[in-house]
Amino acid sequence: MDYVIEMLNIRKEFPGIVANDNITLQLKKGEIHALLGENGAGKSTLMNVLFGLYQPEQGEIKVKGKKVHITNPNVANELGIGMVHQHFMLVESFTITENIVLGIEPKKGLTIDMKKAEKEVQAISDRYGLRVDATAKISDISVGMQQRVEILKTLYRGAEMLIFDEPTAVLTPQEINELTQIFRTLIKEGKSIILITHKLKEIIEVCDRVTVIRKGVGIDTVDVEGTTPNELASLMVGREVLFNTKKTPAQPKETVLDIAKLNVKDSRGVMSVKDLDLTVRAGEIVGIAGVDGNGQSELIEAITGLKKSSSGSIKLNGKELSSLKPRKITESGVGHIPQDRHKHGLVLDFSIGDNMLLQTYYQSPYSKRSMLNNREINKQAKKLIAEFDVRTPSEWTEARALSGGNQQKAIIGREVDRNPDVLIAAQPTRGLDVGAIEFIHQRLIDQRDKGKAVLLLSFELDEIINVSDRIAVIYEGSIVAIVDPKETTEQELGLLMAGSKRKEAGEDTHV
Amino acid sequence: MSNRVLTILIPIISVLLGLIVGAIVMSVSGFNPIEGYGALIKGAVGDSFYLGETIRQITPYIFAGLAVAFAFRTGLFNIGVEGQLLVGWTASVWVGLAFDLPKIIHLPMAVLAGALAGALWAFIPGILKARLRVHEVIVTIMMNYIALHFVNYLIRYVISDEQNTTERVPESASLKSPLLETLTDYSTLHYGIFLALAGAIVFWVILEKTTSGFELRSVGLNQHASEYAGMNVNRNIVLSMVISGAFAGLAGAMEGLGTFGYGFIHDSFSGVGFDGIAVALLGGNIAIGVVLAAALFGILKQGALIMPLESGVPTELVEIVIAIIIFFVASSYIIAYLLRRFKKGAN
Repeated sequence: MDYVIEMLNIRKEFPGIVANDNITLQLKKGEIHALLGENGAGKSTLMNVLFGLYQPEQGEIKVKGKKVHITNPNVANELGIGMVHQHFMLVESFTITENIVLGIEPKKGLTIDMKKAEKEVQAISDRYGLRVDATAKISDISVGMQQRVEILKTLYRGAEMLIFDEPTAVLTPQEINELTQIFRTLIKEGKSIILITHKLKEIIEVCDRVTVIRKGVGIDTVDVEGTTPNELASLMVGREVLFNTKKTPAQPKETVLDIAKLNVKDSRGVMSVKDLDLTVRAGEIVGIAGVDGNGQSELIEAITGLKKSSSGSIKLNGKELSSLKPRKITESGVGHIPQDRHKHGLVLDFSIGDNMLLQTYYQSPYSKRSMLNNREINKQAKKLIAEFDVRTPSEWTEARALSGGNQQKAIIGREVDRNPDVLIAAQPTRGLDVGAIEFIHQRLIDQRDKGKAVLLLSFELDEIINVSDRIAVIYEGSIVAIVDPKETTEQELGLLMAGSKRKEAGEDTHV
Repeated sequence: MSNRVLTILIPIISVLLGLIVGAIVMSVSGFNPIEGYGALIKGAVGDSFYLGETIRQITPYIFAGLAVAFAFRTGLFNIGVEGQLLVGWTASVWVGLAFDLPKIIHLPMAVLAGALAGALWAFIPGILKARLRVHEVIVTIMMNYIALHFVNYLIRYVISDEQNTTERVPESASLKSPLLETLTDYSTLHYGIFLALAGAIVFWVILEKTTSGFELRSVGLNQHASEYAGMNVNRNIVLSMVISGAFAGLAGAMEGLGTFGYGFIHDSFSGVGFDGIAVALLGGNIAIGVVLAAALFGILKQGALIMPLESGVPTELVEIVIAIIIFFVASSYIIAYLLRRFKKGAN
C-alpha cells in the first residue's frame, strides 16, 4: 500500500490525561482522509503531533515509508506537510503575495523581489484554480479568499500533504462548494489531504476514507463509500444519535417580540439594520438565516440593549425596549445566549458557578444587604449544573477550564432557568459536537413547548431548517423573505441569502 | 502543575533567586554575602528597635500595595498611587492641624480625610477613563506630578506660613503610640500597622464578599460579558479607581499622622507609591499576598540602612535584589517553564 503519511500507535499524554491513546492514521497518496471526532476527542492533539508541536510518548511517524522525527513545524514543512488552520494566520495589512511569501521571500540584493513573488504566486494560483488577486490586501478580501491564501501559503512552501482544520466552519454554502472543487483539483495535482471535521455531510460528500477517534482512542478507519451519516455519528459519539430533532408542530399564540422599522448602525457608523420588521410569537421558534455580516449581530445587540438603535421600535409584550439598559431588558423577560460565548457569555476567569449567576447575582437570595450569599449561589449553581448536564469537576472550577459544549450548556442553563418570555439564541451550537448540539436543540424546543418565544440565529442551514418553525431570511439588514422550513431547501435559502428575490412575484416579504 | 501551586511558588522562587543573585553581586564586588545578609537581617529584625522601625516601614507599603492590587484586580492599572498618597498625606495633616477636637472624633476624621483626598485624586483618571476612554496609565502618571507640586504649594503657602514643613499634628489627631514606642525601644512604630492589617481585611471583604466586589471583578476580567450581564461598566471603573485611591490616601495618612506627624515640602516623590506596584505584583494582587510582600519590602528596605555600617555592603545592593525579584515575578513564565522542565526531568 502506498502511504504518504503513517502515524502508528501514537500516544500523547498531558498531566492527568491521555489525549491520544494508540491512534493509528494512514494517509494514502491522492486521497482525502477525514479525521472525525467530537470536541476534545484528541483530533487537534494528533495533528499537532504530526505538525511537530507536540512530541508523542509512544508510536512512530513515517512519511513516504521513512521513519521521521518531527521536532518542530519547520521539519514538518520540509517533509511536505502543510496545515491550513481554522483561525487564519494572516497579516491583515499585508497583500496576499506578501502573506504568502512571508519568511521565505525571494530576494533581489537587499530588497524583496516582489515582481518575482507575484509571478510565482499567480502561477501556483492558476495551476490549482485558487482564484486570488495577488496584490489585494487581506483586510479587503472575503473569508473564502483568505482561506485560499492559506492554502496557497502551504503550496508555495511545497506542501504535498495538506491538513485542513475545520475548513468549512467560517464559509457560506456557496463558498463550501468552491472549497470542495479546490479539494478535487488538489487531488488531481497529486496532493493528499487530511480533513479535520465533525460535520458528517462533508465527509460523505468529499472524503475517501475516514478515521474516527473518540475520547482519545482510535475507534476505526472506514471507507466512506458504503457508510451512512448515522453510522459515522454513532461511531463518533458511541451511541445512537437523533438527527432530525424530534418536535411536534408549533402552536404559536400571541406576538411576544415585535420589531418594526428598526434601524441600527454598526461600529463603523454604517447602517447595517435597515427598516427591519420581524415578529416572534409565543410558542414558536423563528430562525434567522443569512450570510454573516448582513446585520444579524447588530439586530441582536439592539434587542438586548448592547447597542442603541437609530430608529424604529422593539416591543416585548407591548412594552418598548429600545431605550432601556441591558439589565432592564433582561429583567423584562429577554434571555440571550450570545454569539461569542467567550466575549459576552462568560467571564472565563470566574468559576463556572459564578458564571451561572451572572444575570441574577444581585437579586435575593443570592445577595442580601449588598453582601453575596455564597451558600445560595453555590446551591443554585449546583442545581443548574445537574439540570443542564454541565460536566465540570465542581462549581468552583474556572469556566476557562471547561470544554466549549459545557460552557455553552452553562450559559443556556443560566438563561433558560430565568424563564424568559423570549429567548434569543445566537449561534448556540457553534463549534459544538453532535451530542451537545442535540441537547441544545432539545432545550430550545422545550422552551417553545412551554409557550415561550425563541429567536434563533445561525449560519448552519441544517440547524435553521431543523429547529425553526418559521425562517426569516436576512439580507443587507432587512428581512427579505419568510419561508416555511418544511417547504424550503438549502438551495432556495442559499439563493435568498445571496439577495435574489423569491420567485413568487409580489409576495409580501414583511410580517 | 496547577495554576494555584504556581501562583504561590513563583513569588517564593523569585525571592530566592533575587537573594542568590544579590549574593553573587556581593561576592564579585569583594564582599562576604553571608556577612552582608546577616547585617541586613540584624538591621531589620535584630532587636526590638529595628523590628519596630521595620513594622512602621511595612505599614505604608501594605496600603500602597492594596491600592495597586485593588485597581489591578478590577482591570485598571493605577500608577498614580504616589500622587494619591501625597494628597492623602497632606489632607490628613491639614485636618489634624485645622481642628481642635477630642481624639475619638479628630483622629478618625484626619485618617478619613486622607482616604477621601486620595479617592478624589483617583476619581479624576477614573471619570476620564469611563467617559472619554482616556487611558488611566497616562492620566495617573500626570496626576502624580500635579500632586507633588500642588501639595508643596499647599504646605508652603496655605498650611504653613511659607515654611518647608508644617506644624506637628496635635496629639488628638496623631497615630503615635507611646506604648508601642516604649515596647520597641523608642522606635517610631505607631498604630498605623493595625489600620493597615484592617485595610487588608476590608480589601478582601469588598472584593470577595460583597455584591459590588463581584461586579468590580467581573468588569475587570471581562467588560463585554459584564455589560451583557447588565452591569454599569463605567460606574464600576470610577468606583474601582476611587477605592484604589482611598487605599493610597490612607498610605499617605499613615506617614502624615504616624511616621512623621507633619507634612513637608517634597523635592521628589516618596517612592512608596511606586514600590506599591512591586508589592502588589509580588503579592499576586491578593490581600494576604500584599501583606507578606509588604513585609518583605519593609525588611529589605529597613535592613539595608544598617548593612553599610555592619558589613560595608552599600545600601544600593538591596535595590538590586528587589529589582531581580521583580524581574523574575514579572517574567514568571520563565520560572513556570523551568519548573515544568525540572518536573519532566525528574520523572
